[in-house]
Amino acid sequence: MIRYNFKRLKDRFERIHISLVQNLAKAISHPYIPNSEFKTKQSMLKELRIENIDELYLDVPNQYRLKRRLDLPSTKSESEVKHHIESILKKNTTNQDMPVFLGAGCWPHYVPAVVENIIQRTELLTSYTPYQPEISQGMLQLLFEYQSLICELTGMDVANSSLYDWASALGEAARMANRLTGRQEILIPQIIHPERYATLTTYMEPVEIRAEKVKYEKDTGLFDLQSLEDKVSDKTAAVYVENPSYLGFIESQGEEIANVAHDHGALFIVGVDPISLGILKPPGDYGADIVIGEGQPLGNHMNFGGPLLGIFACSGEIAMIRQLPGRVIGMTTTQDGDNRGYCMVLQTREQHIRRHKATSNICSNESLCAAASAVYMALLGPSGLRDLGETITLRSHYAMKRLSEIEGITTPIFQSSHFKEFTVNFEERGVQEVHNKLLEHNVHGGKDISTEFPEFGRTGLYCVTETHSQKDIDNLVEALEEILREGGV
Amino acid sequence: MKDFKQARWNEPVIFELGRQGRRGFIVPKVEGLIKECVGDIGTLLPEKMVRKSSLELPELSEVEVVRHFTRLSQMNYCVDLGLYPLGSCTMKYNPKIDDLLAHQPSLTQLHPYQDEKTIQGILEILYVLGKWLAEITGTFEVSLQPAAGAHGELLGALIMRAFHKLNGGLSERTQLIVPDSAHGTNPASATMAGFDVVIVPSDKNGCININALREVVSGKTAGLMLTNPNTLGIFEENIEEIAEVIHEAGGLLYYDGANLNAILGKARPGDMGFDIVHINIHKTFGTPHGGGGPGAGPVGVSQQLESFLPIPRVVFDGIDYHLDYDKPHTIGKVKSFYGNIGVLLRAYAYILSLGSEGLKTAAEISVLNANYLLKKIAEIGAYDLPYDTERVRKHECVFSVKGLKQETGVTALNVSKRLLDYGVHAPTAYFPLIVEEALMIEPTESFKKEELDRFVEAMRRVAEEAKATPETVLKAPMNTAVTRLDEVKASHPKTMILSWKMHQKRKKASR
Repeated sequence: MIRYNFKRLKDRFERIHISLVQNLAKAISHPYIPNSEFKTKQSMLKELRIENIDELYLDVPNQYRLKRRLDLPSTKSESEVKHHIESILKKNTTNQDMPVFLGAGCWPHYVPAVVENIIQRTELLTSYTPYQPEISQGMLQLLFEYQSLICELTGMDVANSSLYDWASALGEAARMANRLTGRQEILIPQIIHPERYATLTTYMEPVEIRAEKVKYEKDTGLFDLQSLEDKVSDKTAAVYVENPSYLGFIESQGEEIANVAHDHGALFIVGVDPISLGILKPPGDYGADIVIGEGQPLGNHMNFGGPLLGIFACSGEIAMIRQLPGRVIGMTTTQDGDNRGYCMVLQTREQHIRRHKATSNICSNESLCAAASAVYMALLGPSGLRDLGETITLRSHYAMKRLSEIEGITTPIFQSSHFKEFTVNFEERGVQEVHNKLLEHNVHGGKDISTEFPEFGRTGLYCVTETHSQKDIDNLVEALEEILREGGV
Repeated sequence: MKDFKQARWNEPVIFELGRQGRRGFIVPKVEGLIKECVGDIGTLLPEKMVRKSSLELPELSEVEVVRHFTRLSQMNYCVDLGLYPLGSCTMKYNPKIDDLLAHQPSLTQLHPYQDEKTIQGILEILYVLGKWLAEITGTFEVSLQPAAGAHGELLGALIMRAFHKLNGGLSERTQLIVPDSAHGTNPASATMAGFDVVIVPSDKNGCININALREVVSGKTAGLMLTNPNTLGIFEENIEEIAEVIHEAGGLLYYDGANLNAILGKARPGDMGFDIVHINIHKTFGTPHGGGGPGAGPVGVSQQLESFLPIPRVVFDGIDYHLDYDKPHTIGKVKSFYGNIGVLLRAYAYILSLGSEGLKTAAEISVLNANYLLKKIAEIGAYDLPYDTERVRKHECVFSVKGLKQETGVTALNVSKRLLDYGVHAPTAYFPLIVEEALMIEPTESFKKEELDRFVEAMRRVAEEAKATPETVLKAPMNTAVTRLDEVKASHPKTMILSWKMHQKRKKASR
């Protein structure tokens, strides 16, 4: 009798135990993890002749096994996640809530619905680097088209399929020039984005490349050709200019600078905002050997400064191509010669083949941003990019003209042609003070550059694109009129 | 197994499409008053700098653009279509809610230089994410700036450099040690950061040969870069001793986070003695890889290295969040602004969705899946399992096609190509370098058992075909958008075509 009762009790306990375990298992089964479902997991464990997943971790030395749960929130439902994140993001104020006149390396441009739609297609979005080209032709052809469109826009022969951003592209360009020339010095403009300069320094320091700053002409901001002549020598690996410059003026001496560089056996590197190239001369037409730039304006949102898109293009000499950093896509045929196809090429330059002798360590790049740019360029075409360039020029010049009529403002501080961005000097009033008052008018002013470039006094860097309507600009002007009329604090 | 056929559109290059005069997009007109005020565009730009060469871009209507790229997308495999078992790439599911949240205008329309008052939301997310990643990796402080894993490696190596420089030892400490099984980015990053690379061999169990390590470690050692579990999927059991050897020599220990998925919530690199850790957000935290990027490669460090992290840092004063640039020992910047924010926000959503229990489950099931595949593929009998066959693997396992090749002439490349015909992506081939004819398989936690079984079945079929009808395997793939490509021609200086312009030039020259 006792034995009989005991067995029944044991059975019951086991049933309770199993249901407890099942409930526990249910609690941790997650929608993203199909095999966390109890029965499947049990059958797989059984297949491996183990009882518990922890048996798969027995080779982790005991003292390193985490004995507590990670101090993180517990599992949340999708609606909770959505609500939680949206409520935090709501604390931001964006350029949809107020006009924002900021540029300086990341610019507000309209992103067409077609671009958004194509790059959100899951076939592109959730694919990996195209290591197996035959099953990844879509992304490969798209990136080949990106490279080709960038070549047309910049006037170069070859482009890679992206780097992280303009700043890191500058670092890579300096190192490429160093490898090609064996020289340790690069001449850069004194007027350069401080973040770009900081990144360049980071990339150059380990291989002891030095950056030497070329003076600018006081009135125009342009490269001081005398200063360039003084500094250039047979130690110069490259001369670098930006067009439009960091402060928005157009460097019009491209050809002269290219000649000086080439006369000394140095490379000529040009950094661009590609949105200007619908109307401005492409660097390939004034002697550039390497063109870099920020591709974000071509169909990518600002996203608080990232991801961005590093453009990297060069001339077609084989010596240049062999030193290119990053992935390059090429057009080829099937082995039977019947069809066109695309694949990653020249991989012997890259880290997974060349290891410590690679031209760069870059692996993941910004492919999807490059894809967005390709769709954008295809959509706008030559007339769209020209119209856009004109619209931006007209609108930014309108802003400069209206602002310069305000007493207490000088804009721009340089007597040069400008594109999209320009300096605004507030003479007597602090940039921060003006900025704070502008915010009260629900307008976000430009970037304060008075500490970066104290020689320019109380100056902000303003940006006007096709996203700023005449009304936005007029509001800015009216607000500034009022603020400056009120007098100082 | 049912036949798989990928779409085959034979889609022309975009330059071959369209017609003069077609438009895909209308740019907003400039208001009349603006034109009146500033005058003609020709007077606003320097004559010398106006574009004179015609811009040779295609002219397409919106409809054509959409069709072209939609067709291209149909010729692309992706993780939403099925198993993507690339070893060390951690191709897991990319949650849809994360994409949706990353497309909110409250993120996409934010400028990085906005006033701190107007960006408190995003700063909060970045601050909290940094804390979470520090907790997950067992590090003290995390920088979110690097754009990808390799970028994080570069930053990590630069931090080593800055550390030794500050301690006066940089001129002697010129060597960075890397195992022979390491990812290619490790030696490449070490070189970029100015170090000489010293390779340390693996032992017969696939782990670092500890005696060889002792031999190469010296006063010249700046540090060691290691991934644990390693690229064979094996956990480096001697990690305590390895850390001791490196630290006693005055070096730093660097953790390559490519394989972090295996140990989420189970063990932490910081606890194992790693001083610097990078994280591949697009692997471990399920953000879409976008055909090659953007990723994100945050770097966590121990307390003694905190001061070297890049600027700015997101800080919290108890009320508001700020960007702090005042860090005298910082290595500076590795890119503009603060990192790939669109990617990082998705990681925040991912961690929140899984929570601490879910992350641990992800690790456990990824390891369960890998060991299940290991057993099932080993049972086929055609693929060799190098190194300790009795030992459990972590997130991935590596087989060798060497035996099958000797027997049938079919290589790891051929097996990979034939797998595509069955509608699954191939594993990583020919890596790690220490395994001949390697196939490196990482299933992740995202695939159901039936799908794993289907992969095993495909592997079995290919092995059978290799023996019975090797030509089927040798000429594969046949069911993909294109058949086997001529990659030699693609990279040959005389035949390579890297842009449409180059293609046109070659065509002209050959006429």
